[in-house]
Amino acid sequence: MTEPGQPIKIFNARTEWLRGEGLSCDVVLSSRVRLARNLAGLPFVAQATRTDRRHILDLCRARLVGAGLAKQLMWLNLHDAPPIDRAVLAERHLISKQLARGVLPGRDAAPDEPRGVAISIPDERLSVMVNEEDHLRLQTIRTGLDLRGCFEQIDAADDSIEAGLDYAFHPRFGYLTACPTNVGTGARFSVMLHLPALRMTGEIDKVKNAAEDMSLAIRGSHGEGSQNTGDIFQISNQTTLGKSEDVLLAEMQDEIVPRVVEYERRARTMLLERRRTILEDKIHRALGVLRGARLMTVDEAMTLLSQVRLGVVLGLIEDLPQQTVNHLLLIVQPAHLQRIANKEMPQGARRIARADLIRERLGPGTNETPRNGQ
Amino acid sequence: MLCECGEREATVHEVIIKNGKKVEKHLCEVCAKNQGFDPKAGVPISQLISSFVLSSPGAKQGKALVCPTCQTTYDSFKQSGLLGCPDCYDAFEDELSPLLERSHEGGTHHVGKQPKRATAKRGRGVDPVMEARKRAEQIKQLRHQLDTALAGEQYEKAAGIRDEIRELSESDEASEELSEGERNGEESREDQAS
Ligand SMILES: [Zn+2]
Ligand SMILES: [Zn+2]
Repeated sequence: MTEPGQPIKIFNARTEWLRGEGLSCDVVLSSRVRLARNLAGLPFVAQATRTDRRHILDLCRARLVGAGLAKQLMWLNLHDAPPIDRAVLAERHLISKQLARGVLPGRDAAPDEPRGVAISIPDERLSVMVNEEDHLRLQTIRTGLDLRGCFEQIDAADDSIEAGLDYAFHPRFGYLTACPTNVGTGARFSVMLHLPALRMTGEIDKVKNAAEDMSLAIRGSHGEGSQNTGDIFQISNQTTLGKSEDVLLAEMQDEIVPRVVEYERRARTMLLERRRTILEDKIHRALGVLRGARLMTVDEAMTLLSQVRLGVVLGLIEDLPQQTVNHLLLIVQPAHLQRIANKEMPQGARRIARADLIRERLGPGTNETPRNGQ
Repeated sequence: MLCECGEREATVHEVIIKNGKKVEKHLCEVCAKNQGFDPKAGVPISQLISSFVLSSPGAKQGKALVCPTCQTTYDSFKQSGLLGCPDCYDAFEDELSPLLERSHEGGTHHVGKQPKRATAKRGRGVDPVMEARKRAEQIKQLRHQLDTALAGEQYEKAAGIRDEIRELSESDEASEELSEGERNGEESREDQAS
């Protein structure tokens, strides 16, 4: 357990969800399982007073420290953390944007509201948010399609935490959550998918409709309401009541995701066979812009990097490893960019710094290997 | 309110947000069926809540529903989509049940993991009524999977699912005095509540 007083470091350069390894990693960026839990006998977060929330935080923090969840666990009081650190954690998908901002559900921003997060380091595979919408939100994340690995870890973590805390549980409704959409298992199984070919062929809408028919949520990479920048989509189950964790897991891991992966691969093959020149042109233009631009917004960077990633996966670009592109998808985001530059920058300066960083990382187009770390 | 067809009273009310636009639908049962509207389909709860406001005029007026533990009202839940405390689930059980069923593909009872401590603390081990209900829920889910497997011509998988259903059904028959147990179960739950 470490509790740094100084700004947190960006942990390992390649976060789990962008390692670019594992099953179906040509399409699946990462897998994630989330469990929502609340303590018995206490109001849910939105209804709690500040004193309650303080109390909840103390209880959870003490338990998380004592539960032996990981070899090394970092605890952060988010109400004490500088905004940039919170934004870095959100960009790494270790906390939600809501928790980063300190917005209580249904209320105005209150950055100093008592809340925190425990993160296993250096792997960042497990994180536990305290005082988000629910008292506890556990999350495990793995590269590629590995919901089973995620679930085994989170299930064990849940047992360890529960050994020292009383969860709010109802014989009929299961694990009680602040929002009834999560009640029952409290489990959300989700995968982050890179679907550029389905977007290009226009078939993405069919996938979206099919997903809705199957009671799945499909949204942008940063959750509800976010844009699908970089053709990255997240699919997750909506149903949490009446289906066991095993059933939810099997549906997602063995049926739904493989099907979407297959659609995307088929679309990629189709593009290669029938529209190869158009595809190559698009991909190499994207690479050319990234290697030459002097000003770059996040959205443009994500869009172009997405196309380049497709080129790398399809073997149309040979002098770039996939990890370099994956890593750039993370570090071009505002908080990471400022952390790497080690200073706060207004938007205009960030565009310059972003373009510089991309040029530096992508290199001039030889076969050089990517530099490690930041 | 009349249905779009102008012939029958609208009984199915739905508010859908599509491409940022709010679309209200008021349909009679016939039209709802024709339009492929499945009232059991998964609908986000926020939409359900707004459609419930439309579909239950005056139903719960008169007495305001309040959770005795945290004082959260059912009205404020309808606005925020968030409950106030664990006891809200009991306080609003009747109102929540249809909402839950619709937003969880017809699921009505929890199936799956249980916290060990909560079970141990209750001190009465396994509740036979709840177990029976859970089995019923599991069988329902398995039947659904069976249909899917058969539709996909996955016969080996279908056979496996069929075995599972048989096993679950047999254990149901084993607990014969189910209806009696259920009555007792209800009583003891009321005792606890009072
Ligand atoms: Zn009609
Ligand atoms: Zn309450």
